[in-house]
Amino acid sequence: MPLAIRRLLQALPTLWVLVTLTFFMMRAAPGGPFDRERALLPQVEAALQAQYRLDRPLWQQYVGYLGDLLRGDLGPSLHYEGYRVTELIAQALPVSLALGGGALLLALVLGLGTGTFAARHRDGLLDRVLMGLASIGLSLPNYVVAPLLILLFAITLGWLPAGGWQAGRYADMLLPMVALALPQAAYLARLTRSSLVETLRAPYIRAARAKGLPERAILLRHALKPALLPVLSYLGPAAAGLLTGSVVVEQVFNLPGLGRYFVQAALNRDYTLVLGVVLLYGALIVLCNFLVDLLYGRLDPRARPA
Amino acid sequence: MKLRIFSLPRRRTARVAAIGLIAVLLLVVAGPWLSPYAADHIDFEGQWSAPPTLQSQHWFGTDGLGRDLYVRTLEGGRLSLLVGLVSTVVSLLIGLAWGAIAGYVGGRVDSLMMRVVDVLYALPFLFFVILLMVLFGRELWLVFVAIGAVNWLDMARIVRGQTLSLRRQPYVDAALTAGLDTPAILRRHIVPNLLGVVVVCAVLTLPQVILIESFLSFLGLGVQEPATSWGALVNEGAREMESTPGALLFPAVFLVFTLLCLNVLGEHLRSALLPDSEPRR
Amino acid sequence: MRAVLAALGLSSMLAVTLAAAESGVLRIGNGQEPETLDPHRAESVSALAILRDLYEGLTSVAPDGRIVPGAAVGWRVLHGGRVYFFDLRPQARWSNGEPVTAQDFVAGLRRSVDPATGGSFGGMLSPIVNATEIAAGRLPPERLGVQAVGPLRLRIELTAPSPQLLGLLAHPSAFPVHAPSVRQWGDAFARPGRLVGNGAYLLQTWIVQSQITLARNVHYWNDVATHISQVRYLPTEDVGSELKRYRAGEIDITYQIPLVQAPWIRRQLGDELRLATYLGVYYYGFNVTRPPFKDNRALRQALAMAVDRELIVNKVMNGVAQPALGWVPPGTSGHRGRALAWMHWPRERQLAEARRLYAEAGYSEARPLEIELRYNTHEDHKRIAVVIAAMWKQHLGVRTRLFNEETKVYLHNRRQRQVTQVFRATWIGDYDDVSTFTDILQSSHGQNDTGWADAEYDALIAGAAAAVDPLQRQQMLAAAEARLLSEWPVIPIYWYVSKHLVKPRVQGWQDNLLDYHYSKDLRLLP
Repeated sequence: MPLAIRRLLQALPTLWVLVTLTFFMMRAAPGGPFDRERALLPQVEAALQAQYRLDRPLWQQYVGYLGDLLRGDLGPSLHYEGYRVTELIAQALPVSLALGGGALLLALVLGLGTGTFAARHRDGLLDRVLMGLASIGLSLPNYVVAPLLILLFAITLGWLPAGGWQAGRYADMLLPMVALALPQAAYLARLTRSSLVETLRAPYIRAARAKGLPERAILLRHALKPALLPVLSYLGPAAAGLLTGSVVVEQVFNLPGLGRYFVQAALNRDYTLVLGVVLLYGALIVLCNFLVDLLYGRLDPRARPA
Repeated sequence: MKLRIFSLPRRRTARVAAIGLIAVLLLVVAGPWLSPYAADHIDFEGQWSAPPTLQSQHWFGTDGLGRDLYVRTLEGGRLSLLVGLVSTVVSLLIGLAWGAIAGYVGGRVDSLMMRVVDVLYALPFLFFVILLMVLFGRELWLVFVAIGAVNWLDMARIVRGQTLSLRRQPYVDAALTAGLDTPAILRRHIVPNLLGVVVVCAVLTLPQVILIESFLSFLGLGVQEPATSWGALVNEGAREMESTPGALLFPAVFLVFTLLCLNVLGEHLRSALLPDSEPRR
Repeated sequence: MRAVLAALGLSSMLAVTLAAAESGVLRIGNGQEPETLDPHRAESVSALAILRDLYEGLTSVAPDGRIVPGAAVGWRVLHGGRVYFFDLRPQARWSNGEPVTAQDFVAGLRRSVDPATGGSFGGMLSPIVNATEIAAGRLPPERLGVQAVGPLRLRIELTAPSPQLLGLLAHPSAFPVHAPSVRQWGDAFARPGRLVGNGAYLLQTWIVQSQITLARNVHYWNDVATHISQVRYLPTEDVGSELKRYRAGEIDITYQIPLVQAPWIRRQLGDELRLATYLGVYYYGFNVTRPPFKDNRALRQALAMAVDRELIVNKVMNGVAQPALGWVPPGTSGHRGRALAWMHWPRERQLAEARRLYAEAGYSEARPLEIELRYNTHEDHKRIAVVIAAMWKQHLGVRTRLFNEETKVYLHNRRQRQVTQVFRATWIGDYDDVSTFTDILQSSHGQNDTGWADAEYDALIAGAAAAVDPLQRQQMLAAAEARLLSEWPVIPIYWYVSKHLVKPRVQGWQDNLLDYHYSKDLRLLP
């Protein structure tokens, strides 16, 4: 697939810009990884700087980092002593992928289902109620939703855990997923509905209707597929939105995911860990956009490159 | 085009949303003067975390530090809306300039400029905002710039698309043959005709920007005390929701209501002004 | 609808079975994620708490806070308190079954003071001969005044009699090290499967930002007295989330409580709330190297007097603290300081005096003082800063700009002493002795970010460190505290209180000044 390869090669400059920006932004920040509440003795700090090569000129460190990167080495964590960044990311990635993937799936099922249902009953009472709810859902930040969910389901009813993460405990994932998925589901519902309503006005649908096909069949068999194109093109931004939303949700639910790593690492000036996480996020977003483009090409012949 | 903006909104929900928005705006601008309290005044003797009462003149009660919640909620609204407006304007200006130039000049410049947009699109931008705020202090102007810088990409793409189609209009050709130079054409013919897009984008960007600001405030990266914003207030309120429900309730209701009005209004404007555009984010 | 109910019922059953499976596990909320479990590099309270389960020093701390023998069975003090002999327990073992020897303690103490190790506490062992020189890189670690005189006997030589030594030796930075595992793994030895300790527990798993689990160490010399077989430490940075998880039954002991919820917790969970005096002081520091605070004692004292400590403790801290009437927390060993007379004046008289001093410093309503107050991002620091700024404004007319700075930026600015004028700070004592508080304001101390350099104060501290007579030492330290409280380089605001929620099923918990709670001393009801 030469197209795929070309697209992935195009992603390289993006990732390079990302790494470079992040690298120099982190370094321009006041304070360093070894500034702690308890002041280190100067000799100790010098020893630590030397151990992590932080005593060299900045450009040497930058070149060194890029060199390591090309060999697939993200370096040692500057905060979690004795851990490599790759090890830390390997611990956190499954959590974030499970959370993000689950939330995306949930958002899609909820959003597409609601949107299609609303389009089927367009301008009826149910349609208005559902779309009104979707508007409210869009306007409810997930840091408001998450504590309320915990209060209701974990503390008052006691059905689900209030936070934390243990491998294999699926109940841990449910509340965070819902909190993360709701705004995206609301947006997808509105998008699906408006796109479907638009498509249903198209001449070929009118032709199908004239042929006497039942409305249900028209909706599902003829209108849905073309109407899904805008939904599909939203998936890239949606994935990015889920990733950033995970920062808050992971914080509120105490989940060991990448979003929390990122915030903590930035606060700790764990330069290598910040770079590693940002790089991974960038790569994930590039990958998502790429997959969406591929799917888009499948569904819409016009979008296929000549 | 201009006239249609003012004849809007015709539909009932949109009208309600517009009225709601104006009400919020009036309250936020004029409301604080009605109260005898200042936003940073602490009543050391009075009751902290007090429920709302009329005779104490704490109409929304007091927060966990004995400050008047009514004044704080409204002053927080001033700041949220101000951040929203300024950041939206910043992103509109960048996006408009970038998109109009790319679309109008076309060719290699266009593809290069759009390539830059593509690259920037793939960056986890909110993370940069977090980094900026974490690393370089909590200056208010930085919030504006950071949020504005994140949001101009969508704008640039849409404006470019519109410009491309405008370029093919006969009157632009006419202006070209009449010998007008590029800046003049951009100023006189292209930009005015982009007004509809700009209005729609602005109204749709505003709630997003307010959300981002509140998100930053939630992470503790927003404005400096004793100034406040809705996001900061919601964050504080969520911590004391058992003891002072009002501290969460009032700012959250204002925030969600404002966002709701803006979203509803934006959707209607979009379908009225740009009937052929896809819903976008 | 029925399907939804069924799903919810299923998940509730799931939750119940989960809770049941946890019955033998002690789950402890532990604040931030530990940066390392290397005893000589760790710094955070969270890491040190786990290390006290994984290792055992020569001395240890009993549940009530007394110093008791740990890996040493006893000690003798010679030469007027300058030389200590420690005898190790013959039955003490590492978690891999090897015997714990005096040489392991020598290796540990040398590693701790060696600057190449990169530890935070190297300066703390300064009473030991040559420790200061080694930490400064002027002598090799082998010159430390600690020797193994036989496999089970250790000799520690001090520069002066130091009553704090026994407390110091219970600190993780004085723990022994299993040299072979450090040789094999280098700095990455403090990981599950690699770390060899001599404590009651061994490191079983460590999932960063998720949990650290410890299991009973069957080789521990007193393993028969250990009740709980498994301990799980959970990171709980967000104190609100921690409370929610405690209420949902997922945590047995919390790291702390959210202050704003303290009244509610007292009402609802009063029996489970454990508050106790803790070795810590919360204070505001002045940068005395620059105007307006340079050579301006009157202004510093005016600001100190305008702060209403009672109100801060009662209304801002919701009673979860004690008003700081001095510098050293009450109950600290060897403390003889007394509160200042004006601390007991009526509030109006305090304010009148504060206004007089403010005017004496040259400020007035027409010419108000304008200052910047910096604190690191945290809800509690913010609340206190807002209230103190309001006190200064409403009582004196001072205009204070608040700067909420991210922790590293705040530390950086505080140490640079360029932009910082007033800063918030905390000092938690490393061991139970007055010197851990008075030392940090010496002009040469790395923690003294005020830039205050007072010859009289420094002389008193140095004199106390060299004093042979314990009573004389106490008097000199008390004089130093009094000197400090007349010069006001800092405003003490409140003394800390340790604050935990402890589930009724946890038995054997006792409050103590150091807030040390070894898991081996606790029991769990089924």
